[in-house]
Amino acid sequence: MRLLSFWVSHRQELAAMVERHLFLVLWSTAIATAIGLPAGIMAAHRPRIGRPLLAAASIAQTIPSLALLGFLLPLPFIGGIGPRIAIVALILYALLPIVRSTAAGLRSIDPAVIDAGVAMGMTPRQLLWLVELPLALPSIVAGIRIATIVGIGTATIAAAIGAGGLGEYIFRGLSMVDSTVILAGAIPAALMALVADGILSWVERRLSPGHRQRSAAVPIAVATAALLLIVVAGGAGFGPVRPDTVVVGSKNFTEQVVLGELLAQTLERRGMRVTRRLNLGGSFICDRAIRSGDIDAYVEYTGTALAAILKQPLEKDPDAALTSLRNAYGRSGLSVLAPLGFNNTFAMLVRHEDADTLGLSTIDDLHRVEAQWRPGFGYEFAERADGYAGLLKTYELRFATPPRVMELNLVYRALASRQVDVIAGDATSGLIKALNLSMLRDNRSYFPPYYAVPIVRSAVLLARPQLREAFNELAGRISADDMRAMNAAVDVEHRDVAATVSDFLRVKLPN
Amino acid sequence: MTHLRNIDVVSLAGVSFNYGTHVVLDDLHFTVGAGESVALVGRSGAGKSTVLKLINRLLLPHTGSVLVEGRDTREWDPIALRRRIGYVLQEVGLFPHLTVEENVALVPRLEGWPVERRRARAHDLLELMGLPPGEFADRWPRELSGGQRQRVGVARALAVDPPILLMDEPFGALDSITRQELRTEFQRIRRHLRQTVILVTHDMDEAFALGDRVGVLERGRVTFERPALSH
Repeated sequence: MRLLSFWVSHRQELAAMVERHLFLVLWSTAIATAIGLPAGIMAAHRPRIGRPLLAAASIAQTIPSLALLGFLLPLPFIGGIGPRIAIVALILYALLPIVRSTAAGLRSIDPAVIDAGVAMGMTPRQLLWLVELPLALPSIVAGIRIATIVGIGTATIAAAIGAGGLGEYIFRGLSMVDSTVILAGAIPAALMALVADGILSWVERRLSPGHRQRSAAVPIAVATAALLLIVVAGGAGFGPVRPDTVVVGSKNFTEQVVLGELLAQTLERRGMRVTRRLNLGGSFICDRAIRSGDIDAYVEYTGTALAAILKQPLEKDPDAALTSLRNAYGRSGLSVLAPLGFNNTFAMLVRHEDADTLGLSTIDDLHRVEAQWRPGFGYEFAERADGYAGLLKTYELRFATPPRVMELNLVYRALASRQVDVIAGDATSGLIKALNLSMLRDNRSYFPPYYAVPIVRSAVLLARPQLREAFNELAGRISADDMRAMNAAVDVEHRDVAATVSDFLRVKLPN
Repeated sequence: MTHLRNIDVVSLAGVSFNYGTHVVLDDLHFTVGAGESVALVGRSGAGKSTVLKLINRLLLPHTGSVLVEGRDTREWDPIALRRRIGYVLQEVGLFPHLTVEENVALVPRLEGWPVERRRARAHDLLELMGLPPGEFADRWPRELSGGQRQRVGVARALAVDPPILLMDEPFGALDSITRQELRTEFQRIRRHLRQTVILVTHDMDEAFALGDRVGVLERGRVTFERPALSH
């Protein structure tokens, strides 16, 4: 029921996501077919070329999809966030089934039929078009069908790099720990796969030799062309970002999406046009995106920027941190605007009942339980210099088991459900209250300050001075309580991000 | 085709052919006159199919030469050559994605005949082969019996009225009654069309039933059993 009302209230967004999803899958499958078909013919006719070709396609298939996106991200021309790179990745995945089934379909043709064609004086081209391809067609369509279905599934991952599609709901749902939102994206994707499977297996059956009905070929062609036209035409709307818009990005957790939306609405209130690229994979993807000009602005945290992005020594003094940030970013053509107010430091969190019964109030208190407890972290905290390794060193902690590393958004749930006992979370997380967690005090001042600051491309600031004015309006206006409240509104009360932000702006910055 | 009467339509002179070290044909000589029907018999592996493939340039001889209509196959454009030669295979090799009519009309289509003409030609040939077009033209190959398929195969080979017809064990895979029927049918058709026919088979009865002349292919050479009737 919640799901239905979610769909109804988000129907426009849902339609756009479905269309974008189709756009990604159809384009990638179409291009993969255009490449894979000749490659499959080559593989069948010249096994010496074909074998390495198939091996290469098989290897591409084995690369995990997120890793593949990561590899492609820094490449010139195809790299950068957005649909282009997602289509490239999807093409790589679609190639193998298409090449393989084309080659298999050609190889399985009765040799007597080929002999007859050659003996009757067909040129190799006539043999290919009049005999081999028509006979291999059902097998080729089967390959395209598999490629399409795999593509529909894999395209959900594309949301991680800002390509959009139904994966956005899945990622959003993960970050909100809301299974309704996950299902809101997962169910249409599954339905889409089922429908594609149904249509293409029907086409496949229709095309098997000797089952053709003359009248069927035309409607199939017309229907396919119409569908392609709709989606390709629809896809045109997703082309390059319009030159007069500001592209706002964010990382892929609730607070970041809220802050991205906040920047966007602040600009829109001043009549500026904004393109949202929210829910990008993480700090590194956002950093890469803003450096490559794919996005114009996003909110970063001072500590994260210094340690994780700029690889500079940790700086405990907030003002000194901001100064060295401004210097380092300035050299790359990026400007650091005034902090928004709150400090989203890492917080070591435990279950409230544990804190009570075991008397835990500081991180040092963890020494009492380190022999039995199991920590759990998000991927970034596990890797970063200002993360897990430094924490162990500073506090001389020795946990019984290595940490469980998982999606940041799942960590809170894992703690509440006792899969792990202590986690590193965000001090501003709305889930702290909702899941009844307690924050341990950083008594050795290990964590540097994590003040939220808008990072903006200097070129954009120069071109549009009103951007700086708009963002400065937000300076110091968002307290930790404000942030926690907005996070809780989204994560716990399942309120719409855009509505939460516009309510906040109406109250805080009436104009 | 009367101008071909006096020359040999096909002639093999000193032809040898081997697959690797395995010698298949060794200094083979024989000629086939216009309108003549020659049957070559031999056990499997004797090189029967190789002889046919040499004639339509699917293979080239290692030594010696194969002349078709007086011209060495090396000099023929292979496509043009094959369009002048009908080929009937034992496995028939009908195109499973084409109807009976489309199978028969395929070579005319490759030759660029207009639709109406190739359709009429296909129907004539089906009629000739004892397959009433009204009943058979729109059928799929898989809907035919073995004998019917073979008839379609012959019709397809005859579609552009090629001067030469090659037949590789044409009726070998059929039951004896159907085989007998088709032989009689084929003799009747031969009287109509007067193509030059070269046929290979492992079946003596078939060879004598269909050939004006019968040659035995053994150890890479051919020996003719009785003088040609048409010479």
